[in-house]
Amino acid sequence: METILSIRNLSVSYYTDEGEARAIRNLSLDVEKGETLGIVGESGSGKSTLALAIMGLLQPPARVKTGSIYYKGRNILSMQGEEIRKLRGKEIAMIFQDPMTSLNPVKKIRDHFIEYITEHMENIDEHKALEIARKMMKSVGISEERLDDYPHQFSGGMRQRVMIALALALNPNLILADEPTTALDVLVEAQILELVKRLKNEFSLTLILITHNMGVVAEMADRVAVMYCGRIVELSKTEELYKNPKHPYTKGLIESIPLLYNRSRKLVSIPGHPPDLRNIPSGCSFHPRCPYAFDKCMNVEPELEKKEDGRYVACHLY
Amino acid sequence: MGLREYILTRVILTIPMVFILLSIVFFVMRILPGNPVLLRFEKNADPQLIASYTHKLGLDKPLYIQYIDYINDLFHGNLGLSMSGDFSPVAPEIMSRFPATLELAIYSTLVAILLGIGLGVLGVAKRGKVDSAIKLYGIISYATPVFFVGMVLQIVFGVFLHVLPVYGRYDGTPPSGITVAGIHIQTGLYTLDSLLSGNFQAFLNSASHIVLPSIALGVVISGVFVRITRANMLETIRADFVIAARARGLKERTVLLGYALKNAILPVVTVIGLQFAILVSGAVLTETEFSIQGLGLYLVDRVYFRDYTAVQGTVVFLAIIITTVSLLIDIMYAYLDPRVRL
Repeated sequence: METILSIRNLSVSYYTDEGEARAIRNLSLDVEKGETLGIVGESGSGKSTLALAIMGLLQPPARVKTGSIYYKGRNILSMQGEEIRKLRGKEIAMIFQDPMTSLNPVKKIRDHFIEYITEHMENIDEHKALEIARKMMKSVGISEERLDDYPHQFSGGMRQRVMIALALALNPNLILADEPTTALDVLVEAQILELVKRLKNEFSLTLILITHNMGVVAEMADRVAVMYCGRIVELSKTEELYKNPKHPYTKGLIESIPLLYNRSRKLVSIPGHPPDLRNIPSGCSFHPRCPYAFDKCMNVEPELEKKEDGRYVACHLY
Repeated sequence: MGLREYILTRVILTIPMVFILLSIVFFVMRILPGNPVLLRFEKNADPQLIASYTHKLGLDKPLYIQYIDYINDLFHGNLGLSMSGDFSPVAPEIMSRFPATLELAIYSTLVAILLGIGLGVLGVAKRGKVDSAIKLYGIISYATPVFFVGMVLQIVFGVFLHVLPVYGRYDGTPPSGITVAGIHIQTGLYTLDSLLSGNFQAFLNSASHIVLPSIALGVVISGVFVRITRANMLETIRADFVIAARARGLKERTVLLGYALKNAILPVVTVIGLQFAILVSGAVLTETEFSIQGLGLYLVDRVYFRDYTAVQGTVVFLAIIITTVSLLIDIMYAYLDPRVRL
């Protein structure tokens, strides 16, 4: 398998007046070409920061402290100017959480397409760009006449379709979807997920799906990385993770999913709150909330290691 | 509400507004000490002469009769005769002076928009020291009186450098405009008239006169534009659609102008409309300082002579102009923001 994206020892912090908030701590991760990698975690676990870092879009007060992100062997974090601009959108495209606010309210949909395509492909004129736009709109199931509409004339689900059509317009290799269905109602969510699945195969994409919704990950992902407090605490194939979660945090996440067919099962929530990123507990950052914590957990931070069954867990229990 | 109904409603709302304004001016002018007759003659003038003039101007009638008479005239489109000088009709005088004020208003608004929006965007794009300097400019220019800026400009460019004229609108006979298909077109905007008649020398002449006053007035008004543009840009630049635009790898120029500015500009447009009233009051000072024979100078002049009809007429005229401009700006707003349907 070919690795398309390789994150090595990435640390990102937000430097605020109240101190340094360590959003991502020494994170390493490989994304294989053609897979769907789910990244799950609570709010504040660093998922969205990771997405912005991959796009090279971190703005102050956020700063990359250490590490590198290699896309096809080139380090994104050391790219500048035109080089990174040409990578964004053309190689790696992103789908955002809130389709209601992710389109320019004063531009028609067609202009979103035209400027996007022409600014990346010098040899394509407006006419040809419009042709691509029509084709993309069709492939996400919207009639091409709607290219002349403004974003506010679309519903949330339709806007997300437009965002997807935009993201795929230049045939990128890697799609970063940051909570793409969180702002949508469940029926529309299912439609969008189906659409993403279909297009992923059609365009032979690699997909990084960031979400806090365990159900969405189960439905979509080949592999799942569980993030807690800026680190990956568990990484394995989706099926294995759901059948046999290893990290106590993963167990907690899975037990907190309500099951319709088994109402007698008690819903378990993880006690406590995610820690303040400016003041992360010593040792394993999960230890104050962990039912299995012992002395070592308070002092030594476990590394994400490959265990004998081939799964990656960052926990002293294994 | 359709566009037509909207415009109609706004126009109808203008009537009571102008009416109230006019009534205030009418009574305040008459409460003020002095009147056009007393200011016309020496202190110890013949009482009979004074009485005859007072009668002639209708000032011997009870106040409410004067008021009703004036309103009656106004509804018949008659602004009346001036109460000072040669008692000439007020309306033609206003019309002959309006182009000078309009020209000043257009150019100073242009200066204010270019400076204000330009610096606002520059500050957001560059950040750091450039931004701090621009922020400071916004505060200082807003707080500086227009006659001070005008005076500095006059001293630097007129007195020391001798490059630009410091008073008037034109040296010599103003350009006459152009006759097209038997229709004579003369706008009274000298820069436009000279261009229409194809006289480039005349254009330079008139343009050089308007430069300093426009900059003086424009700089003062630009302060508000700088601050509003900057504040709105800083807000929109953090908006999701701007981050999404960056993530699509759009050029920074497109992101700043097509995304951040295009959305930040909407509140600025509203402010341009509001500033127009301030612009008119600024024009009074600017015209006085640069001896431009416009409405502002006329108003100041006539207030001094307690020329009731002239002041009332000018105020009514300016009020109508200001409300018309603010209506046009609102319509433009709807055009710029597709979400607004009037």
